Amino acid sequence: MPETPSGSGARSGDVVIMVGTMKGAFLFTADASRKRWSMDGPHFPGTEVYALALDQRGPEPRLWAAPTSAFWGATLRRSDDLGATWSDMYQRPVKFPEDSGLSVKRIWQIRPGPPDEQETLWLGVEPSCLFESRDGGDSWTPVDGFMNHEHREFWTPGAGGLCLHTIVPHSEVPDRMLVAFSTGGVYKTSDGGVSWAPSNTGVRAEFLPDKHPEYGQCVHKVVSHPDRPDRLFLQNHWGLYRTDDWGESWQDIANGVPSDFGFGMAMHPRDPDTVYIVPLESDEFRCVPEAKLRVYRTRDAGASWEPLTRGLPQEGAYETVLRDALDTDSADPAGVYFGTRSGRVYASADDGDSWSLVHEGLPPVVCVKAAVIA
Amino acid sequence: MSITLVVPGPLRDLTGGRSAIGLDVDEGTVGDAFAALKRENPALYDRIFTERKELRPHVNVFVGAADIRWSGGLATPLDGAKEVVVLPSVSGG
Repeated sequence: MPETPSGSGARSGDVVIMVGTMKGAFLFTADASRKRWSMDGPHFPGTEVYALALDQRGPEPRLWAAPTSAFWGATLRRSDDLGATWSDMYQRPVKFPEDSGLSVKRIWQIRPGPPDEQETLWLGVEPSCLFESRDGGDSWTPVDGFMNHEHREFWTPGAGGLCLHTIVPHSEVPDRMLVAFSTGGVYKTSDGGVSWAPSNTGVRAEFLPDKHPEYGQCVHKVVSHPDRPDRLFLQNHWGLYRTDDWGESWQDIANGVPSDFGFGMAMHPRDPDTVYIVPLESDEFRCVPEAKLRVYRTRDAGASWEPLTRGLPQEGAYETVLRDALDTDSADPAGVYFGTRSGRVYASADDGDSWSLVHEGLPPVVCVKAAVIA
Repeated sequence: MSITLVVPGPLRDLTGGRSAIGLDVDEGTVGDAFAALKRENPALYDRIFTERKELRPHVNVFVGAADIRWSGGLATPLDGAKEVVVLPSVSGG
């Protein structure tokens, strides 16, 4: 049997990497130097953990996890002691109404709400839907305007399932939110979730006869910086894009990358022009090009991209980084983290300039989230 | 009538640690037994069935030694059986 985890034990100023895998979750903790990491886990051994989040809006950090059992379905768990104990599986059920004809297969994203709305959280689930809680996560309801969207019957699952994996609330206009899912693409609301419109102008759907449909794109991740909420970056199933008008139109920014295919994308915590990606080769192979594990960084909002290789294997590395397995922390210089399907976790403590291996031998990594404990 | 529902280890948090619970069933099918479970322990029901009221794909239910997938599903008559067993299927890797 796996070891019984005792929790992260992190204190204020420490950094925690939350790693979700196909067989449980792991917590890695280091002090502010981010040089030595201690591991705690597996939490929820044997379950897929596609979504993790640390909510630091309250007086104490609150850890959320969404383990999905192959047998008993998706659950949402909460810890107020950084993983030493977890809420029970029967609490806080995430369910569609029985008359909806839908059932929750997996929770893909946990998104705490704005700082001034501490009781608000959102979930992205499979089949694609947005769930909302207005009581701190104690109860959850699907957002009607999304659940009953007229396009729903035309949305089709990608290889990962029909998953709503990205939730981007607008940091300045409370009624605005953008979500992304595969396949369907980007949808946004300007009326607090009552209505949702596709927002994919300029984004290719290379796998369809019509390469530029109104919706149906396979968007893999969208990120934005709260200081510049109308600018967003998008990693597509073939294609790298930026919008400067909150998704009204998207421009190709695949300038100097070995492939515009990839899954993960992460925003720098302070610089709205700096974004990280891990390009992957082709559609079918889905490993890093030339078997070189390279993170690419732009510091000019996509006008150019540079490979970050120091400390990463540059030969024989047949690695894949999935859509939620790349993240940054809020430290200065920024920490950048990613996990691979081969079970390795890498960290950079210098904005991505150099990297070190945190751990290898984990189950396939599907989620990496990082945070500095307040 | 009353039947016993045998619960696998991972779900015993939902039964107070008990490996089996009793259910009062008015009529005589497996579906009736699970309808009683939904009334008495909806959280446990939710782990065995989806919101679409479908048995989760990797969960097996037996009446005696018979897997209900091959004997009529939820319409399988209890036929005097005293025990319904819920087990995770053989899957994974």
